Amino acid sequence: MLKRLREHKSLQGTLLVSPALLWMIALLIIPLILVVITSFGQRDPDGNVIYGFSFDNYVRLTGTTDTCQNLGDYLNGAWQMIIGSEARTCFDPLYVQILWRSVLIAIETTALVIVMGYPLAYFVARAPIKRRSTLLFLILIPLWTNFVIRVYAWIRILRAFDILYTPGAVLIGMIYEFLPFMILPMYTSLEKIDPSLYEASADLGANSLRTFLRVTLPLSMPGVVAGTILVFVPVMGTFVVSDILGGKQFVLIGNLIQSQFLSARDPTFGSAASILLMVMTLIVMIFYTRKFGFGEEVIVG
Amino acid sequence: MSNRRSPWLTLFTFGVYIFLYAPIVVLILFAFNSSRQNVVFESVVNKEPCGVFYWFCALTNNSDAIDAAGNTLTIAITSTILSTIIGTMAALGLQRYTFRLKSFSEVSLYIPIVIPEIVMGISLLVLFNGIFNGLNNAMQLAGDQRLGLGLGTVIVSHIAFSVPFVVLTVRARLHSFDKSVEEAAMDLGANEWTTFRRVTLPMIMPGVLSGAMLAFTLSLDDFIITFFTNGPGSTTLPIYVYGLLRRTITPEVNALSTVWIMVVLIALIVSRRLQRRAA
Repeated sequence: MLKRLREHKSLQGTLLVSPALLWMIALLIIPLILVVITSFGQRDPDGNVIYGFSFDNYVRLTGTTDTCQNLGDYLNGAWQMIIGSEARTCFDPLYVQILWRSVLIAIETTALVIVMGYPLAYFVARAPIKRRSTLLFLILIPLWTNFVIRVYAWIRILRAFDILYTPGAVLIGMIYEFLPFMILPMYTSLEKIDPSLYEASADLGANSLRTFLRVTLPLSMPGVVAGTILVFVPVMGTFVVSDILGGKQFVLIGNLIQSQFLSARDPTFGSAASILLMVMTLIVMIFYTRKFGFGEEVIVG
Repeated sequence: MSNRRSPWLTLFTFGVYIFLYAPIVVLILFAFNSSRQNVVFESVVNKEPCGVFYWFCALTNNSDAIDAAGNTLTIAITSTILSTIIGTMAALGLQRYTFRLKSFSEVSLYIPIVIPEIVMGISLLVLFNGIFNGLNNAMQLAGDQRLGLGLGTVIVSHIAFSVPFVVLTVRARLHSFDKSVEEAAMDLGANEWTTFRRVTLPMIMPGVLSGAMLAFTLSLDDFIITFFTNGPGSTTLPIYVYGLLRRTITPEVNALSTVWIMVVLIALIVSRRLQRRAA
């Protein structure tokens, strides 16, 4: 037995990977398949799932109502929703609005976090080596204090400025939560740039703006891409920040999913919303990584 | 332009650091508030017992908070040890060998990194509910005997999201590994196990340790997955604080958060000192 194992290289590899693989199959792949199955089911009045095959939950997410008879009605309803008319036929825009709001806040957070984090990452990367680790350490400390505690810390400040429970409060909370996740990979790729490149660029007559645009920015793109993945994906799915800082009015898709599983007790609709969230995130990520690459060299170190 | 930095850049950086620390400072300050409502800062608390540390003392009588702290540590330590072992094995297998399920393994290990945590959380909830319903019905358990969510479900879930990060970190280390050292050991008569124990493991140890560190951090910081997989008796500190936020907020929450921040800070400084000494 042992002798056979020694000769079989592929068997050794399989054995080494199998615990991780089994774990992933049992706790990731099978559960995801179960969620897909649940999303096609229906809920009975007691909150139990009746398995079946219907697209009702997905249709409900688009907001389509029973008042639609033919294609003309659909087009009319869609048009009225686009122009923001009050008279709504066919569509109840509630869920579409939630989805749109979630995508929008994820894009806003990512963009603002890049704008705020890039100068800081650049500053730290070009600081004297001795001071660098301290400056980096100062970014890590808030990251280590718990996620919920970090959101909670904002309640009092936002209340003092009288903006608690507003969309702006949620945006500030999101930026605060995810800023370190953007700074760290950006720092890693900025730090890798050989300082002699800056000198070469200056010797060749480029001013500092031109050096930044033609040397620094392109070379630090992998860090920005990796940071974007680390920020965009979790912002799309979080419900804690909006729940604590946004009050009841500011519902994101994460809040929708959470409430379907806990208070509303409709796991079938919650599953459909989760599948939609996952597909939307994956589409954005595939589109984005096709264009800019994965930035994995930064994540790996 | 080498070392002259624009004063605007320095100012901006300073501003961002203030943004990062202002909420934490306010949080700690309010742990010393005398007002129980904790909306505005009235004055520094000075009540018996413990005077200014009144809210910290109140914490020591709060068995829910102490249990939650215990659970958090139990979950983090257990899941870190297991995910480090499983992840290191997988990293060795993926980096060193070719086998049939290799690309499938790689893809499934990347999924947790690119899907929103909430999707993983609810899918685990669906899985555990299915399993426990099935078991309870099959064994005809009722009332208190019924199996359900608890420490076990939280731990296996934490391992599931930590393993991919351990694999990633250890593989990065293996990537820059000089195989000739291992060959030299074998040539000198060491068998596979001795070579692994005396050569390979010490060399990849920094990667394994930083993987473990990452797993520990992820577990301590996790809220969403724990939220969906915890049950009675497995409340962690983040879940406990979140629960309090929905009811009344007293300075006790601030005291609890302050203790948390201080413990983390001390742990970070100690580990940094140790790393420096090792380096």
